[in-house]
Amino acid sequence: MKSDKLFKIVLLLFGVLILAFSVGIFLQLFSGAWKSIQQNGILFLIKQVWDPNQEIYGALPFLVGTLVTALLSVIFSLPLSIGSSLFLNEYIKGGWSVIISSMIDLLASIPSVVYGLWGLFVLVPYIRIVENWLFQNARLIPLFNSEPYGVGILSATVILLIMILPYSISVIKEVLKMVPNDIKEAGYALGANKWEVLQKIVLPYIKSGIFAGVGLSLGRALGETMAVTMVIGNRNALPASLFDPANTLASVIANEFYEASSTLHVSSLIYLALVLFVFSFLINFMMRLILKRINAGMIRK
Amino acid sequence: MRKLKNLIMTGLLALATLICLLPLLLLLYYVIKMGISSINLDFFLNNPKPMGEAGGGMLNSIIGTIIVLAMASLIGIPIGLVTGIYLAENKGTKLAEWVRLATEVLVGIPSIVIGILVYGWLVKSMKTFSAFSGSIALTIIMIPILARSTEEVLLMVPHTLKEAAYALGASRWKTQWMIVMKTAMGGIVSAILSSIGRIAGETAPLLFTAFGNQFFSTKLFRPISTLPIQIFTYARSPNIVQNRMAWAGSLLLVGMVLVLNMSAKWIGYVVLKRRNK
Repeated sequence: MKSDKLFKIVLLLFGVLILAFSVGIFLQLFSGAWKSIQQNGILFLIKQVWDPNQEIYGALPFLVGTLVTALLSVIFSLPLSIGSSLFLNEYIKGGWSVIISSMIDLLASIPSVVYGLWGLFVLVPYIRIVENWLFQNARLIPLFNSEPYGVGILSATVILLIMILPYSISVIKEVLKMVPNDIKEAGYALGANKWEVLQKIVLPYIKSGIFAGVGLSLGRALGETMAVTMVIGNRNALPASLFDPANTLASVIANEFYEASSTLHVSSLIYLALVLFVFSFLINFMMRLILKRINAGMIRK
Repeated sequence: MRKLKNLIMTGLLALATLICLLPLLLLLYYVIKMGISSINLDFFLNNPKPMGEAGGGMLNSIIGTIIVLAMASLIGIPIGLVTGIYLAENKGTKLAEWVRLATEVLVGIPSIVIGILVYGWLVKSMKTFSAFSGSIALTIIMIPILARSTEEVLLMVPHTLKEAAYALGASRWKTQWMIVMKTAMGGIVSAILSSIGRIAGETAPLLFTAFGNQFFSTKLFRPISTLPIQIFTYARSPNIVQNRMAWAGSLLLVGMVLVLNMSAKWIGYVVLKRRNK
């Protein structure tokens, strides 16, 4: 039938549109960054100085800022997200579990700029107190040995930790549902108590699922912009301690892009965006692959 | 000993859950506490006063947000839906797998990168920041989210329904339109609402597209003020009056997003319940 053919063609068109679009993004970023790529090459990534006034551009401070805040927040969120997913799935059933889960889900819908506002006015003052205490009492540890301002790496990490919780929790809960009941029951039949079943049977079983959850939240943390921009202190230098103000790839773009006047400055900022894009693309791609494999594996069993 | 360990671990897991809940409660508490005092008629009916003067509201940002969101939805919803239908209808074909991968990539792109893209595509060639380019940036974020959730909803429609329609001689698009879409309507509405909720609070992609505007504007091809951008500006201002405005704006924005999300969830829940009957 004619209308059917049309239907098929329209659908195909939209599908191809999305596909072309994703390729277009890469091309656009690449061409925007071309001038800086020519000028700085791949060494851009390890150069330490970012000084628009002298037209010197190096991405290392932002790479470090991004990786440190993202990795730390993911690491510290892990016990919380595993713990609460286990609790919500295995300990409480029915209504309460649904209510608490949807409340945690709501965390994901709060706009990032509101996190930033809250972080700046509520969280940072408390963090400054902690930092001051650490600075006075544990200065010998290199991580704590610079003058605390409140805003800085540590504040950004804490905000990110909160923001990624709902993402890792929802992935881990999905995977927990796939653990077959009979292997848990086998554990109980052998006389193991609840924690022993969770620790020795369930957790090893969902290892790769946890890994995927970590990866997806890492992808989130890498690209998070507004909240981080508001609490990280915006300093274009390599951070030496947890208390130092710094910048991430995303936050330096947010800060400088609209006031950048020289073409090389603009191009270098787009280069940073390209790096960020490639990073998050790779992480997302790998994690989806892992999740897909888990799903397929479960079905086969 | 084993019993004790079991007990302690139960306690620790419960504690972890509590800690995960705490930020939401604290955040809502502060947003309400700090924002409620500035929410009054002035807030909704007046434009901002110059810095230093008391009074004024966020009328221009509220209208701006509505305009930008409406335009983004107008463009994004049809494209997102059709892409979702494409994915559901062509499950398993090679091209569909690529398209699915593309939507996943798009979902994962940091929103600030989308801002840079639209700046390069639209703002530069139109030589001005504009409400339109802001909407396009939000549309790009909305489409893959909506496409994926539409696909999920459509795949839940029982195959037997479709086959019954085909057996009666209905064409593919008629089946899709009159049987599948109708059956999945609740789920689709829920998907649309939550995707609007997702883009309502986006700030980063608007920074270099819609940009912001001190004055009231409804022009599509001029810079426009939006709530998220205005909150960002006011939060960084040294002026206490403006800080307070930032909290009030946040209260309104969070309220909007939560209403969108909760109604999406509620509709989803009702649909699920009806299906299980």
